[in-house]
Amino acid sequence: MKYMDEYRDRGLVDHLVQRIRDVSKVPVRLMEVCGGHTMSIQKFGIPSLLPETVELVSGPGCPVCVTGRQFIDKAIAYSRLKDIIITTFGDLIRVPGSTSSLEKEKASGADIRIVYSVLDALQVAMENPDKKVIFLGIGFETTSPGSAAGIKRASEMHIPNFFLYSSHKVMPPAMKALIHEGIAISGFIAPGHVSTITGTAMYEEFPQRYGVGCVVSGFEPADLLQSVLMLVQQVENRKPGVEIQYKRAVRPEGNPKALQVLDEIFEPQDDWWRGLGVLPGSGLRLRPAFQHFDAENEIAVRVEETRDEKGCICGDILKGLKQPDECKLFAKACTPSDPAGACMVSNEGTCHAWYRYHRHG
Amino acid sequence: MCLSIPAKVISIDGDMATVSVGGTEYRASLQIIENVEVGDYILLHTGFAIQKLDIKEAEASLKVFEEFIELNRRLDEEESTTGKRIL
Ligand code: SF4
Repeated sequence: MKYMDEYRDRGLVDHLVQRIRDVSKVPVRLMEVCGGHTMSIQKFGIPSLLPETVELVSGPGCPVCVTGRQFIDKAIAYSRLKDIIITTFGDLIRVPGSTSSLEKEKASGADIRIVYSVLDALQVAMENPDKKVIFLGIGFETTSPGSAAGIKRASEMHIPNFFLYSSHKVMPPAMKALIHEGIAISGFIAPGHVSTITGTAMYEEFPQRYGVGCVVSGFEPADLLQSVLMLVQQVENRKPGVEIQYKRAVRPEGNPKALQVLDEIFEPQDDWWRGLGVLPGSGLRLRPAFQHFDAENEIAVRVEETRDEKGCICGDILKGLKQPDECKLFAKACTPSDPAGACMVSNEGTCHAWYRYHRHG
Repeated sequence: MCLSIPAKVISIDGDMATVSVGGTEYRASLQIIENVEVGDYILLHTGFAIQKLDIKEAEASLKVFEEFIELNRRLDEEESTTGKRIL
């Protein structure tokens, strides 16, 4: 079988690299906007395989990284209230807030629980009817349908003590903002798992309006190299377009059921992104019918004034303007075991990925 | 967080499925996906099946996945014994 044999062929990577070298004449700057891609690209040392004409830069694709310190500060403030249980994905717990982190609060007695799924958080709420259980919802279109399904379930089952504190975001406004800021991008390696939900229609305006192609990529080295090749070919042929490399998981129409649940529960709102500021329609909030599940609506809390880490250049890194080794704190005052900035915390963060895989190179 | 893993559907009970990832079983909600059947491959993300995989291509990618894991394991091993970055 053709597709299978190609994927099994270990020489495929070499083959793809050679193809890219043959085809690439015009210098290109390709940006990935998915933390999973950032991790794979660094882990497999993709940049070192590519010719000088192809530069890869990371964009705002790590949810933990683009989320503001204010979000963390508020989560910390919630965790200090009486009768509150915070439920969260593990990634968030070590992100530094202005003066503390969820991990530190947990160590000093706050009830903070790492869950694998929003459904586990619902379970915690059902088992603790005398407590208010807040789920910290972060992530892009891959993750937000899960939160929507959780809220739907909570509503159907009338669970009164479950709340969502949402920092869910959608990807296209950030991609557009980068182009409007004039950041040089010849093509996007478009996010693989976000696109399983959204499909590809939302990328059409990038080639049409801005002449920037988008290739939806998988996560293996062969996937990524093939996507790079496709983008290079688009540039060489002056035919930017929307293509799917990750065909085994992504259909043009996405996942209609997930999109329907998402739309039923959430509506767009303006949201703040590290590095990009407030972007119109880039966040998700609960629709009016579900606002009694909104932690911000239902649970009042006083939050300390947000102070950002001095010297952290996460914002510029998330825009592809700087690389981690241009940060004075990188690998010195900022490491994965003692992160100063958000980009060093999650293993999808550019600084974290560089620290783990790129530091000696 | 954006990572999603391919998993095979072993059994379905209402809107929950039991799925297998390389022999380990997990629970997966089917709340946000349609037409999933036993034997299908799905992408599992934070406890939800988010998309069906094309079976032919899923098997191929699983195989590649295993190979890369194996390759990585060996590279990591070599890296930690030699203290050098290889790839
Ligand atoms: S190395 Fe640390 S402080 Fe510097 S930009 Fe990255 S996360 Fe911020």
